[in-house]
Amino acid sequence: MRHLMNPLDFTVEELDRLFDLADDIAADPAKYAHACAGKKLATCFYEPSTRTRLSFEAAMLNLGGSVLGFSDAASSSASKGESVSDTIRIISCYADICAMRHPKEGAPMVAASRSGIPVINAGDGGHQHPTQTLTDLLTIRALKGRLSDFTIGLCGDLKFGRTVHSLIAALIRYPGIRFVFISPPELKVPDYITDQLREKGIAYEEVIRLEDSIADLDLLYMTRVQRERFFNEEDYVRLKDFYILNNEKMALAKEDMLVLHPLPRVNEISVEVDDDPRAVYFKQAQYGVYVRMALILTLLEITV
Amino acid sequence: MLNVGKIEEGFVLDHIEAGKSLSIYHHLQLDKLDCTVAIIKNARSNKMGKKDILKVECDIDTLDLDVLAFIDHNITVNVIKDGEIVDKKELTLPKEIKNIIKCKNPRCITSIEQELPHIFVLADEEKEIYRCKYCEERASESTYSW
Repeated sequence: MRHLMNPLDFTVEELDRLFDLADDIAADPAKYAHACAGKKLATCFYEPSTRTRLSFEAAMLNLGGSVLGFSDAASSSASKGESVSDTIRIISCYADICAMRHPKEGAPMVAASRSGIPVINAGDGGHQHPTQTLTDLLTIRALKGRLSDFTIGLCGDLKFGRTVHSLIAALIRYPGIRFVFISPPELKVPDYITDQLREKGIAYEEVIRLEDSIADLDLLYMTRVQRERFFNEEDYVRLKDFYILNNEKMALAKEDMLVLHPLPRVNEISVEVDDDPRAVYFKQAQYGVYVRMALILTLLEITV
Repeated sequence: MLNVGKIEEGFVLDHIEAGKSLSIYHHLQLDKLDCTVAIIKNARSNKMGKKDILKVECDIDTLDLDVLAFIDHNITVNVIKDGEIVDKKELTLPKEIKNIIKCKNPRCITSIEQELPHIFVLADEEKEIYRCKYCEERASESTYSW
């Protein structure tokens, strides 16, 4: 039995198979409409995350399965002090697979170690959010046709943004990737990541202004400056409006540059950009459902 | 100078940083063994000025000493048999250390689930980097407690 805790749990070859399956699902959803009939997905969300939870639920429903679960800790037995290990043992009796979101880092791993069913980490604090990374990779592969040989700009909160850290870790396994890190000095990508890139001889540069580098990019990955990652409101207010993408900046970019964003967006991408065909962040949400469908099938070892 | 007699079989842990011997005594769980242990504090040392020494009389297969490599590289381990030093044990960094140090990351699951073992995994042998098994926080003086 396999779990998914970290996007690197799957080898590049396994990811290729997963993405091939996701492509097939996208091409012919009807073929998979009953693939999980009689199976149940438990969504155990100890903190609210409507988007991720609904994406998992939509994925299971699209496969003909059912869903059950809770959407915040207050409505679970955690409010009575039950441990994650105990909860997952109970959930294992009710469902066939579990997607777990928890504010504490490592909680899904603890669950997986005690679980009788596959556990998917649906986000654990600032640590990992592997299905977001799989979504990002599938979107790039589907829309660019490859996961190698491009320059990707990552913009915004590169210090606390776990989606960015996971995406970098996943992309460095492919050849010919060049990174441009665009952030205020306060929110720079952590040293351990740039150390790793230098050791592996992977090209990267760190810049302050989005305008200066946008023309070089094949992909631009925008991120939100998250209020909850800051210790004080003052820092948040000061930094949140840096790096807003608008049509003026988009005019400097290549004609086939794609803009991705893990969503929700606050104001870092102006709504005027939404109509630009290069803005693919809403398509990304659709790919998120396909990749979660492929993941559920893979972990349940169901073939169609 | 205080004199502590020879041991027949066991270990002499030498060059322990002065003052650290008692914590090593606990980390090696010597309190749980029914054997003779001599704790020598503040012994004179040409190299270190003063040092601690632990003498443990036990079967040499009883103890897992790898954790010493994590605690202090400079400790030397003399293996004693029939009253003589037969080997100087090379310490290798353990792949995993359990319940020796505690993760202090307030976002780690171990911060709320007290019964979980605190496990750190050797992530980079060359750089001697350990990370919490759960949250992957790097073990450094500011991120763990003894």
